[in-house]
Amino acid sequence: MTPFAHRHLLGIADLSANEIVQILDLSDTFLEISERAIKKVPTLRGKTVINLFLEASTRTRTSFEIAAKRLSADAVNISGSTSSTTKGETLLDTARNLQAMRPDVIVLRHTASGAPHFIAAHVDAAVINAGDGTHEHPTQALLDCATIRKHKGRVDGLTIAICGDIAHSRVARSDVLALGKLGAKVRLAAPRTMLPIGIETLGAEVYDRMEPAIEGADVVMMLRIQKERLDGAGLFPNTREYSRYFGLGLRMATHLKPDAILMHPGPINRGIELDPALADGTRSVILDQVTHGVGVRMALLYLLAGGSAEN
Amino acid sequence: MAFPTLVLRGGRVIDPSRKLDEISDLVIVDGKIASIGATKATAEVIDCSGKIVAPGFVDLHVHLREPGHEYKEDIASGARAAAAGGFTTICCMPNTEPPNDNRAVTELIVRRAREAACVNVRPVGAISKGLKGESLAEMGEMKDAGIVAVSDDGKPVMNGALMRRALEYARTFGLPVVQHAEDLDLAQGGLMNEGAVSTRIGLRGQPSAAESTMVARDLELVALTGARYHVAHISTAASVRLLREAKARKLPVTCEVTPHHLTLTDAACAHYDTHAKCAPPLRTTDDIAALKAGLADGTIDCIATDHAPHSSQDKAVEFAEASFGMIGLETAFALCLRLLDEGVLSLSALLGKLTYAPARVFELGAGTLAIGAPADVVVLDLTQERTFSRSHSKSRNSPFWGQTLRGAVAYTVVGGNIVHRESE
Repeated sequence: MTPFAHRHLLGIADLSANEIVQILDLSDTFLEISERAIKKVPTLRGKTVINLFLEASTRTRTSFEIAAKRLSADAVNISGSTSSTTKGETLLDTARNLQAMRPDVIVLRHTASGAPHFIAAHVDAAVINAGDGTHEHPTQALLDCATIRKHKGRVDGLTIAICGDIAHSRVARSDVLALGKLGAKVRLAAPRTMLPIGIETLGAEVYDRMEPAIEGADVVMMLRIQKERLDGAGLFPNTREYSRYFGLGLRMATHLKPDAILMHPGPINRGIELDPALADGTRSVILDQVTHGVGVRMALLYLLAGGSAEN
Repeated sequence: MAFPTLVLRGGRVIDPSRKLDEISDLVIVDGKIASIGATKATAEVIDCSGKIVAPGFVDLHVHLREPGHEYKEDIASGARAAAAGGFTTICCMPNTEPPNDNRAVTELIVRRAREAACVNVRPVGAISKGLKGESLAEMGEMKDAGIVAVSDDGKPVMNGALMRRALEYARTFGLPVVQHAEDLDLAQGGLMNEGAVSTRIGLRGQPSAAESTMVARDLELVALTGARYHVAHISTAASVRLLREAKARKLPVTCEVTPHHLTLTDAACAHYDTHAKCAPPLRTTDDIAALKAGLADGTIDCIATDHAPHSSQDKAVEFAEASFGMIGLETAFALCLRLLDEGVLSLSALLGKLTYAPARVFELGAGTLAIGAPADVVVLDLTQERTFSRSHSKSRNSPFWGQTLRGAVAYTVVGGNIVHRESE
């Protein structure tokens, strides 16, 4: 196998298409472990992974923890409420202290864009970005690619619509980059208040309205409206109007291609951006995304913590 | 073959949308323009010789006061005043009570217009909930219910961040954003234009910069968002200059001017005549010259009346207490004819500013005599003099009341039906 050329995973922007495919292939291999009766291999035995989550997260943190444990690494979880940062310690001090304990990987979730890049410059451990502010969420994009590849057999040449609050979504940014690198055509649909200026320069086509964006799309990904923006926060009048024009309800779903698959990074605001019947319906691959999350994270821990391939 | 229902015979037919100007017959069948050319057909025939036959006027800016202030005007009376003034399509502003900031009110106005209005009424929805300038109104649902633009008219959108969001959100739904450009901090509650007259008569003035600084801010937001922006009733030389520059920058901007801002200066306030109190205030001769130059070179797209009816109890009070605004539908054409006399605009250009140009601003599909278009037509008499002593409006608040003006609307036709005859 080609050695992985990166010390950290800070963003999809740093990866080539080949590297993404390498991660996806490895992920498929590791996923098999999750299906065994004894879901553990000794690959990363003796390695230490710190999950430093300074912003609330359930599924991503759990996914990283399970990924580490299935590879036999020692996983330590630090969450925002128990960290030193609430006692006034700077992120730099936190990073230096953790470094002093010689971890192999630090997985960081942070509210500030660029925080993983900052600590990566100050620690010897590999840093994995588990979501930084409104910048990137690379492992989410990778698991999205893995899920699409499984259900559609490929990513290249597909048309993928991403709908919702693009402006505040790190998932959207990483997905636009990753899907673009793999040769998909990405459409973004949102009220203009939620479309960041210049997003089309990342390689996506922008739509004012949802109907034409999902028309003919092979994959439709609905983004979550953040709780703090549910009242509009000046970006839309109210959830009723948002839901009517930018939610995937049953009426909107009549515009879907028959074989389109539905995705959502979770957690879902049921009935706002996605109708419950669709979230739980046959086209939904939302829980499959979660399953692939473990595989993708195992692949990354393996590549960055330098596990031995023989196991 | 269908029989003509109405023939406008022998008039000078001018349709600026098609650069048409010829003595001809205009034939209407089933409420639509059927042909323009000589006809021998027998139907109801109106002799238009010596008169102008043109598309019905389009007014982007009227206040019909319904719902909520029916003692000033209602949809039916405002529509009759419009018909008397040659207007066949009018766009009503949302500052009613309750304001038109949601689908239910839009639907009410659309239904009342269908039941009671003799001209086409197209509602304008609010930018912000309750016209409060705080949060976005439900533009998507209002658009589906029939609004053609959004505006908080009567009030500016003071908050720059909200204005940006409004431009972005309106763009999503293809709606132009209409700004009442007035920086309230700079205006400081000024009752009239700030200048020599306000100083002499001791009334608090507001500087013309209160308008132009708001226009300047908005134009930068248009450059940021790419949204369609329309300035209501521009009144200052600086605003004209800013819009001229913006158009040179290819920004998607348009603007309108009222007949009264082209006609009167702040001198009209000199004797505390509350009928001359309006927003924006009447300005100076220099401003009028700039507005006319703007009309002539295309900087100003169209003429709109800002018809603002108020009852005597709103106007027969101290200047400081009086409501802002004047009625304008029935005097607009006569006042605009002065632009022809002064050589500011040709007759065809003037009619364009009253017909297809405003229709294009809100994409109304009106203001044309194209074959097959709804037969919304006006017959104009350029020479007849008329004393403004009767009105179809419920209100009488006009500084032109009692004056004899030249230029009259002989007939107004909406959808093939005669809705106004001068003789009546």
